[in-house]
Amino acid sequence: METGSPREAGAAGTAEGTEGTAGAGPVWTGLPPGLLRMRRLLLSVWLGLVALAAGLLPGLLAGPPWAAFALLPLALWAWGWVMLGRNWRSWRYAERADDLLISRGVLWREETVVPYGRMQLVEVTSGPVERHFGLASVQLHTAAAATDATIPGLDPAEAERLRDRLTELGEARSAGL
Amino acid sequence: MTAPGVEDGIRTERAVAERRLHPVTPFRRAWAPVAVLAGWAMHDPNQAQEQLTKLTTAWLLTGLAVLVPAAALYGFLSWWFTHFSVTDSELRIRTGLLFRRTAHIRLERIQAIDVTRPLLARVAGVAKLRIDVVGADKKDELAFLGEGEARALRAELLARAAGFAPETAHEVGEAPAHELLRLPARDLAVSLVLTGATWGSLVAALVVPPVLWLATHSVWTVLATGLPLLGAAGASSVGRFVAEYDWTVAESPDGLRIDHGLLDRAHETVPPGRVQTVRIVEPLLWRRRGWVRVELDVAGSSNSVLVPVAPRAAAESVIARVLPGVAVPRSAERPPRRAWRCLPVWWRGHGIAVTDTVFAARHGLLRRSLSLVPHAKVQSVRLTQGPWERLWRLANVHVDTGANRTVTARLRDAGEAARLLHAQAERSRTGRRAAPPDRWMT
Repeated sequence: METGSPREAGAAGTAEGTEGTAGAGPVWTGLPPGLLRMRRLLLSVWLGLVALAAGLLPGLLAGPPWAAFALLPLALWAWGWVMLGRNWRSWRYAERADDLLISRGVLWREETVVPYGRMQLVEVTSGPVERHFGLASVQLHTAAAATDATIPGLDPAEAERLRDRLTELGEARSAGL
Repeated sequence: MTAPGVEDGIRTERAVAERRLHPVTPFRRAWAPVAVLAGWAMHDPNQAQEQLTKLTTAWLLTGLAVLVPAAALYGFLSWWFTHFSVTDSELRIRTGLLFRRTAHIRLERIQAIDVTRPLLARVAGVAKLRIDVVGADKKDELAFLGEGEARALRAELLARAAGFAPETAHEVGEAPAHELLRLPARDLAVSLVLTGATWGSLVAALVVPPVLWLATHSVWTVLATGLPLLGAAGASSVGRFVAEYDWTVAESPDGLRIDHGLLDRAHETVPPGRVQTVRIVEPLLWRRRGWVRVELDVAGSSNSVLVPVAPRAAAESVIARVLPGVAVPRSAERPPRRAWRCLPVWWRGHGIAVTDTVFAARHGLLRRSLSLVPHAKVQSVRLTQGPWERLWRLANVHVDTGANRTVTARLRDAGEAARLLHAQAERSRTGRRAAPPDRWMT
């Protein structure tokens, strides 16, 4: 029920914030659609291979009716397709005056608040697959290892802007341990 | 000394006097070859015996004649190549025979300084000095120094870290300490008798080996399980008594002083403003006597006990000195009644209390534990909610601190948790303003 609002907010799909409901609340920004595209493509490729193997092997060895095993990965694929969409829509972040908010998760919801002054290190990472899709993730580290503040699948330019802005704000408000 | 305004990088190296460790240091590793042999013999007893019978006296002597000088040479060289020096802002340790390693430890980043004197080191009149910094490893300890030298060095490091002018840091000397609490040996013994873990390990050590003997009739199996069990039983009863004997907590301008130990004496100094969390633990059997145990977390420090056992009032007065301006909350607010659906029975043990200075979370029904986090030490705040919790409109709030400890307020009302999340982040930001600076004397 409470996940309703981010779903609609993120559904517009652009990188810029699309919310402006109450005015007093934080301005949330959803993730760009690139991450969803990448994850769905990876899901399709892997489950496609599994479906092929599950259909061909029993089909050839034990007879054509056994090829129905391929339906299992296909069902998984359909379910995963929907789940990835929901998960992608649930991710959002907001830069406020003094802290960064990250909210994510559909069933297991998690919302993280990191005051800028506590940031020790801001990291921008991008793996080979992510680079191919033009994505980068921003990770924030504080002195507490439990702080799990990662924003995946950002546009590289946006990731760099965020990194520079966070570093700047962190320096201005630095508080350390 | 150079002018105080000059930057570290510009200062010439000759201004820094390098020192070596105490000359007994090479002997600390003298037992290493013996330990290796003993380990091999323990690991594979049958073959060891076989090999030993084959060895003649001549072989043994030649072996010793090679091993002992080699170990001695290694010990001597590693001592010879280890230097340390104290500059205005850093402690520098240069070490390594083949792989050189230089550690520069910034003094204002010191979280705690420990001076430990193991039994043999006490006999030799030396001590080990260890500096806790966030992210440092165990190699950054100075072992061994002369006892007086270790004390002087600790005082100097603390004086420099506190921000005294470099010229006077030498003369400042040890800050006067004022004793807050001294643990009587009788109380410690009674508290250990009243601890469930002591009895559990003792019973296990007495019951398991005979049962195994009846079941297997194998000496090796019984020894292999019985010895570790006996060791654990000894560590949790006698070992704890010996380690926590004569526990003294004192306060000085340099921070908190913790002294303890019967055979191995340890001395820890925690400068002001370094304590990240404090926990008050109240085991079931201690409740009638009104005793509590106080634990603390300092980033990068291995010691986590502040007071092994003390009456609640005494413990709270110590906490008031450790976390200035903090009063231990009297009562904690329980989760809403519907929380039993997520956590039957035990939901009653949970509770939180938020004051102007601390965030406190309680948990446990039999063994109660109350964790306190000063707002200034909160690194990040998280809210989590699973599907079952969402059904009952409950959520958890996690408060992360720099000592890698997370304090969790479980099963709060969802609306309250959301408000708490933002209020706590706000308090974390503003709480820092009132906190003392890293160089506490400036």
